[in-house]
Amino acid sequence: MTVMERVVATDQPLLKVEGLTKRYGARIGCADVSFDLFPGEVLGIVGESGSGKSTLLSCLAGQQRPDLGRVAYEGRDVLAMGETERRRLSRTDWAYVHQNPRDGLRMGVSAGGNVGERLMAVGARHYGQIRGKAADWLGRVEIAVDRIDDRPSAFSGGMQQRLQIARNLVTQPRLVFMDEPTGGLDVSVQARLLDLLRGLVRDLGLSVIIVTHDLAVVRLLAHRLMVMKSGYVVEQGLTDQVLDDPQHAYTQLLVSSVLQV
Amino acid sequence: MYVAVKGGERAIDNAHAWLAEERRGDPSVPELSVAQIREQMALAVNRVMAEGSLYDPDLAALAIKQARGDLIEAVFLIRAYRTTLPRFAASSAVETAAMAVDRRISATFKDLPGGQVLGPTFDYTHRLLDFALLAEGLPAPAPGTPAKPQPVPHVTGFLNRDGLIEDAPHSEAVPPDLTREPMELPADRALRLQAITRGDEGFILSLAYSTQRGYGRTHAFVGELRIGQVAVEVDIPELGFAVEIGEVELTECETVNQFKGSRTEPPQFTRGYGLVFGQSERKAIAMSLVDRALRWKELGEDFTGAPAQDEEFVLMHADNIQATGFLEHIKLPHYVDFQAELELVRKLRAEALALQEAAE
Amino acid sequence: MTDEAYNFAYLDEQTKAMIRRAILKGIAVPGYQVPFASREMPMPYGWGTGGVQVTAACLVPEDRLKVIDQGADDTTNAVSIRKFFARTAGVATTERTVEATMIQTRHRIPEVPMKAGQILVFQVPIPEPLRFLEPREAETRKMHELEEYGLMHVKLYEDIARHGQIATSYAYPVKVEGRYVMDPSPIPKFDNPKLSCSPAIQLFGAGREQRIYALPPWTKVESLDFDDHPFKATKAAHDCDLCAAGDSYLDEVIIDDQGGRMFVCSDTDFCAGRRAKGHKGRLWAPEPEAAE
Repeated sequence: MTVMERVVATDQPLLKVEGLTKRYGARIGCADVSFDLFPGEVLGIVGESGSGKSTLLSCLAGQQRPDLGRVAYEGRDVLAMGETERRRLSRTDWAYVHQNPRDGLRMGVSAGGNVGERLMAVGARHYGQIRGKAADWLGRVEIAVDRIDDRPSAFSGGMQQRLQIARNLVTQPRLVFMDEPTGGLDVSVQARLLDLLRGLVRDLGLSVIIVTHDLAVVRLLAHRLMVMKSGYVVEQGLTDQVLDDPQHAYTQLLVSSVLQV
Repeated sequence: MYVAVKGGERAIDNAHAWLAEERRGDPSVPELSVAQIREQMALAVNRVMAEGSLYDPDLAALAIKQARGDLIEAVFLIRAYRTTLPRFAASSAVETAAMAVDRRISATFKDLPGGQVLGPTFDYTHRLLDFALLAEGLPAPAPGTPAKPQPVPHVTGFLNRDGLIEDAPHSEAVPPDLTREPMELPADRALRLQAITRGDEGFILSLAYSTQRGYGRTHAFVGELRIGQVAVEVDIPELGFAVEIGEVELTECETVNQFKGSRTEPPQFTRGYGLVFGQSERKAIAMSLVDRALRWKELGEDFTGAPAQDEEFVLMHADNIQATGFLEHIKLPHYVDFQAELELVRKLRAEALALQEAAE
Repeated sequence: MTDEAYNFAYLDEQTKAMIRRAILKGIAVPGYQVPFASREMPMPYGWGTGGVQVTAACLVPEDRLKVIDQGADDTTNAVSIRKFFARTAGVATTERTVEATMIQTRHRIPEVPMKAGQILVFQVPIPEPLRFLEPREAETRKMHELEEYGLMHVKLYEDIARHGQIATSYAYPVKVEGRYVMDPSPIPKFDNPKLSCSPAIQLFGAGREQRIYALPPWTKVESLDFDDHPFKATKAAHDCDLCAAGDSYLDEVIIDDQGGRMFVCSDTDFCAGRRAKGHKGRLWAPEPEAAE
């Protein structure tokens, strides 16, 4: 199946979210969030810190259990899955890119081992092939192949983040969760990473849910946008539409504060 | 020509005979009696009973004698002996509120029902070597006051009356038994307390100290520390009531700790608990601090990565018999594994050197 | 205290029943680590308390027990454990592998193939093969449950990347019947192939860590490897200097301070048996009378 076929082969949503709510006692984490994500689609979730976007992402990725709502992946009820099935999903079809590469990498394991782990987790047992694939992926994320035996601790922040992306994408997942993937990086490094991400997402036909407070990131990557405030989705729509013609006062504020910078 | 080393058996027997001789020391010096150890090394005896999980001062004193004063070795002797003892019954929970106290102090209230009872403590002694003890002789008798039997209620009870401290409701749940079931993690509080009370005093002390220095801080006050005798009762099903089978000396410590309150609870103090066989004051206080630090999850606090908050770290490393065994076993022969490593290193070196030569 | 003060094989019958239940469960689920309430034994943790408890639970008065440490019957700890059971169980003991009904071992599998009806009991220090990759018990149990063994192969991958080969020479991890990854105890990897499809029952006891696991007879045991870096059982490239065996695991003995060394079978019974049959190694000479 080519990438385009993967993308257009179905008009069924890949991920269907309905009424997702998570509370921390009296405080609302996120409330009544619903959306559909279609294959090949990139959804950006924006809002300032405390808006509930990270809570929402961790509920979607199965790291936290929501209090209410439904999440269906290809029609399967994610919340009803046993941990075995959920973990299997998260090392095959899904991937998760952490803001801090240290959370997503094994810092004591070489770059090649980091990329190879997911392959080995799903049964790859040929050293040469694993290494070949790791080398290929290092190339795709613009890390020199002669660094394959170096540990990530010897890498710059931008390289670590690119390595984390390679580690996640090596098994060709279909759905990638990204939590502020460009946070903590210098502006020039950010630009390069965004460029890389955009290419990979397009080439692989990935579906992505990306959480960020940085509107420049979503403008470049996301097809659609959800704006969150105090746990609620206050506005959603096509990225350009939301950013160029914000309807909600909060979105207007967000957009204008970016413009002021 | 080579003659393999033989005679392990004789070497062991001879080593044991030598050990027995060393234990006795200079035979011109009178031998220690078990009763002397029990009476005059009482705090060592208490520690051996606490960490050996067996309340028997005579056996503990015997173990100390046999172990040449090595208390961990003595604990080990007691534990191994304990394994062979059949279990006839389980006692009812002891009633520490009814303790006949020798010592009872509170750091949170200047005066309180039951009073502050200093008891036999090192606390305010000046740590000056007392050369008078070089000579034998009886100390001057301590001035005695006739005991006025009066109830000594728990300090935390006063706080609880006003809702100022978390409630600790009575539970009929049968606690798991560390000595009869494998440790399952995560452990509940009853299991944690069991593991800590028999854990190594030095380890628990250091963990507690680390919480005071900021590694899992809990802001503890000693609400109450009490030492004394409590009755041990056993339910006899045939009789339909409990029968007192004896008394044990216990040290109990309850700490009162700061708490900010949570989504379900208004701000109130929380508790740490320590209960140890014998007069084992340092251990009881340390235990209550570590207990409190381990309760972060149920109290909705943050895990800061402090060792004393880490249940698996604390419980898996508190037992000095396990620790000393595994530590010291590395002196046993490891020829086979070492040989395997030797071959590997030789092979890796040969390959590396060959590569180097090829490069030159 | 007389020896009659203790039950047969030291442990009381309830404790033995508890251990037997764990063993049976282990046999029913090969390679799975069964938690058991390990007792304090009269030897220290690390000296084989797990093996001793398993042996005690399996011993019957008719048994003939062999105890080896590093392959040898006369190493101090082997002597001590054999004496313990001779004293507390009164069972017959032997140094001959073929005569033994039960063998407790530390770090070796005898060279003579095991037979049906024999029980081989391994002493295990760290039963968790994933322990040094993931220190938390709660997490490693989950990894076994979900068969998440990718990390184990990452370790092997790292070895090859760094050393050109898998640099694990003992306690080499195995997979049991395609399911559980298991620590074979610190036997040299030379012994790993003997684990597989053995006619004997193989039991593993870890006292301090409170785990028992088992391989019933004829269980398939594979050493973890890569297709293009297959597992190899290795030994010193020498013959035994006493019995000339070329296929046994060897100990290296330093014989002078000039770099002189010799290689001898680590399995003392095997070596003596070959010499009795007339095999002579490079340095063998009959033991002189005065050597005592």
